[in-house]
Amino acid sequence: MAEEVKSPTPPPEGEKKPTAEKPAAATPPAAPAKPAAPAKPAGPVPLPWTSPLVEKYRNQYGSGIEALTYLGQNYFNVDRSLIPDILRLLRDQEQFNYCVDITAVHYPKREKQFDIVWILYSFPRNERMRVKTQIADGASISSSVDIWAGANWLEREVFDMFGIKFDGHPELKRILLPDGWKGHPLRKDYGILQQDKEWVQINLGIESGQ
Amino acid sequence: MSDETVKDTHRISSHAVPPRDRSHLHLEAPEKPHLDSNELIINMGPQHPATHGVLRVILKLDGEKVLGTECVIGYLHRGVEKIGENRTYTMFNPYVDRMDYVAAVSNGLGYCEAVEKLLNVEAPARAKYIRVILTELNRLASHQLWLGTHALDIGAMTPLFYTFRDREEILKIFEKYCGARLTTHAFRIGGCQYETYAGFEKEVKNFLTFVAPKIDEYEELLTTNRIWLERTKNVGVISGADCMALGVTGPVLRASGVKWDVRKAQPYAAYSEFDFEIPTGENGDTYDRYLVRMAEMRQSLRIIEQAVNGIPEGPIMGKVPKVIKPPVGEIYHSIEAPKGELGYFIVSDGSTQPYRLRVRPPSFVNLQALDVMVRGLLVADVIAVIGTLDIVLGEVDR
Repeated sequence: MAEEVKSPTPPPEGEKKPTAEKPAAATPPAAPAKPAAPAKPAGPVPLPWTSPLVEKYRNQYGSGIEALTYLGQNYFNVDRSLIPDILRLLRDQEQFNYCVDITAVHYPKREKQFDIVWILYSFPRNERMRVKTQIADGASISSSVDIWAGANWLEREVFDMFGIKFDGHPELKRILLPDGWKGHPLRKDYGILQQDKEWVQINLGIESGQ
Repeated sequence: MSDETVKDTHRISSHAVPPRDRSHLHLEAPEKPHLDSNELIINMGPQHPATHGVLRVILKLDGEKVLGTECVIGYLHRGVEKIGENRTYTMFNPYVDRMDYVAAVSNGLGYCEAVEKLLNVEAPARAKYIRVILTELNRLASHQLWLGTHALDIGAMTPLFYTFRDREEILKIFEKYCGARLTTHAFRIGGCQYETYAGFEKEVKNFLTFVAPKIDEYEELLTTNRIWLERTKNVGVISGADCMALGVTGPVLRASGVKWDVRKAQPYAAYSEFDFEIPTGENGDTYDRYLVRMAEMRQSLRIIEQAVNGIPEGPIMGKVPKVIKPPVGEIYHSIEAPKGELGYFIVSDGSTQPYRLRVRPPSFVNLQALDVMVRGLLVADVIAVIGTLDIVLGEVDR
């Protein structure tokens, strides 16, 4: 399957590739390849997720919760204001006692720019689920360190990479990038060639790291 | 079989060594007014050979007793997730090998399976078997490397030569299969690129008979070795509940008595078809983690043997389009890497590149437990605990 490597793709280089839109249609080589790979159908869509757990929370919180399932994976779309409560209830009442991961996704075109995603697992139920919420740029969200101790570094990484602040986090500071670095690299408006030139010059004594 | 091994060695060891007595060190003594004691801040790393790469730990000490630690990481940060957003799904495949570079095959397996899930395709049965064989060989290699370096940190130099000698045989199989020894890029989205070479099955079987007595040999060197027991028993104890709260997975979690392994809990590849056990420990100390990993090596051999004997004929590549364009959606898929749960969370916007690609690295999350595990221990024990966590900085920093 060596030919796979030659897949026509928009060249990823270039200083600015800031937005969510990927100009796939604009690339000339894409056209001849199209007939070979016929356009796929739209693909599966998220379906409503029904279970006793969902019913319970639906009754309690009404429209604040949207329960969906996609390719067999279940998730909650939760209003931001409900966030600490829902997570705590999931841990205390539904035994989701292991916070696998916390991460975020940036959608610069949206009004609420960030999706924050908690990936949870329950050892007793052997079940996974995700909790998602949307927040605007500059808004903060309550920390879940007092729910799962392991959230500490995960939230620090989200802060480092996206600049999202977690209220009540014991020590919210950068974790992978050096203190004093400017910008948050996993935002879509942070291009791959962009770097903190000032930091590089002061700390490494060179003009550019590239 | 393995559970017995773990228990047996426990019995031997508890006879051999009484619980560690440190009363002569006066660790528990409260601050004495007549003795002026100051807290000392010491920096360990990032160029310290026992931190397995570029980990920097800031230690707060009272004499030789550790009061607290802070990890400073990121020295190896390459922005793998950002790279992922700027490469196609196929192009990104080799990059994942550079995270946990001593278990590159596992990284590749997790990534390929995650994208396959997103595409809603499945690899053919033969490809799955090849994947299992190589992944388990890689688990063995990773544990061997861990054992050699961990023992070296603690002061036992011989195991390093033994394990590296035997690990070489695994790397030779990798090299013959895909041309690379370390960063293998062995799998492709949808299956495997290469058919097994002529004599592959025989070579793997020969390796199994070669390596099984070698694992006993490692155990002979260490399991009842008095110095080893002194340095590992009751060092870096962590409870199962603490592990769960901190999200610690892999052998560390199992050594604390939690019988959980992604291969059993939510089987992927062909793992549901094989018969193997999950070794667990009891005390959650460095010694139990050692025993669990030793037992895991033997379980890996069992899995490989079953897989080699039962490898089906058929295609090795599934029906995957040349240009990989998953439909709009998001998926989380995780596997049991040698270090713990390795997960990929991929968001697709329907284009040829992932919109967001998040890696859930086991080393990063496990490293968080260091502080809990070393409080109250001595500086030398910090080295033992870093070794027993089995972190790879390429994966911590990504």
